Amino acid sequence: MAKALNAGYKRHYPKWHRERVPIFWWLRSASYVKFMFRELTSLFVAYAAGLLLVQAWVLGQGAAAHARLLNWLSHPAVVTWHVILLATLLFHTVTWLNLTPQALVLRLGRWRVPKTVVWAGHYAAWLVLSLVIVCLFVGVA
Amino acid sequence: MVRRSREPVLWAMFSGGGMIAALLLPATVAVLWIAAPLGWVEAPSYEGLRLLFLHPIGRLSLFAVATLSFFHWAHRFRYTVYDGLQLYHLSQLIAILTYSIAVALTVIAGFVLVTTG
Repeated sequence: MAKALNAGYKRHYPKWHRERVPIFWWLRSASYVKFMFRELTSLFVAYAAGLLLVQAWVLGQGAAAHARLLNWLSHPAVVTWHVILLATLLFHTVTWLNLTPQALVLRLGRWRVPKTVVWAGHYAAWLVLSLVIVCLFVGVA
Repeated sequence: MVRRSREPVLWAMFSGGGMIAALLLPATVAVLWIAAPLGWVEAPSYEGLRLLFLHPIGRLSLFAVATLSFFHWAHRFRYTVYDGLQLYHLSQLIAILTYSIAVALTVIAGFVLVTTG
């Protein structure tokens, strides 16, 4: 009878036992802290992307507006914050590139490209692209 | 019929954003916002920066970097919030919030890069 009225009815509904994990579980070990910090680098990535957009917008507002932005950018507190930003972004880059051999399986025919080659290739790409960026910005000085 | 999951698309954007941010952002931040303000390198000129940022190729690249970075943030932050703070019961709400913010920021990025003169 109950079944006809409610198809999902179960006489003994199972309730799983779940151990309560404290909110700060990730403070228990250095590798968990590193994991959390790595995940939170994404906030810094989004900030950098956002500030680039702001700079693009200000560049469109004219030289005087851009000079005001440069003035803000050279404030010691802002430079200090951006040094922290850079350190965090470098942590993102290193942890990200170190995972590439696990994430990317490259095959040439039946031959699997060794993990160290995948790893080194990404670091080489990072170096080359960084040099290109530096040359672009210094080149328009 | 099995409903197709959006997860692979979101994961691809997370991973594209992670890669693009890893390869491009440190050098950009180092030159533009640290070395130039401190006078370690000659500061890029206004006209030069306009050319780099506002040339159609510059605008497209910025849009790609910004959008992928925002989705990278949304994906990572989503899992960090509910793993880190033990909010499994709010997983759907957190996902909607984080991806909505990423979508909103993407719209703003598109608007800025299309309308900026």
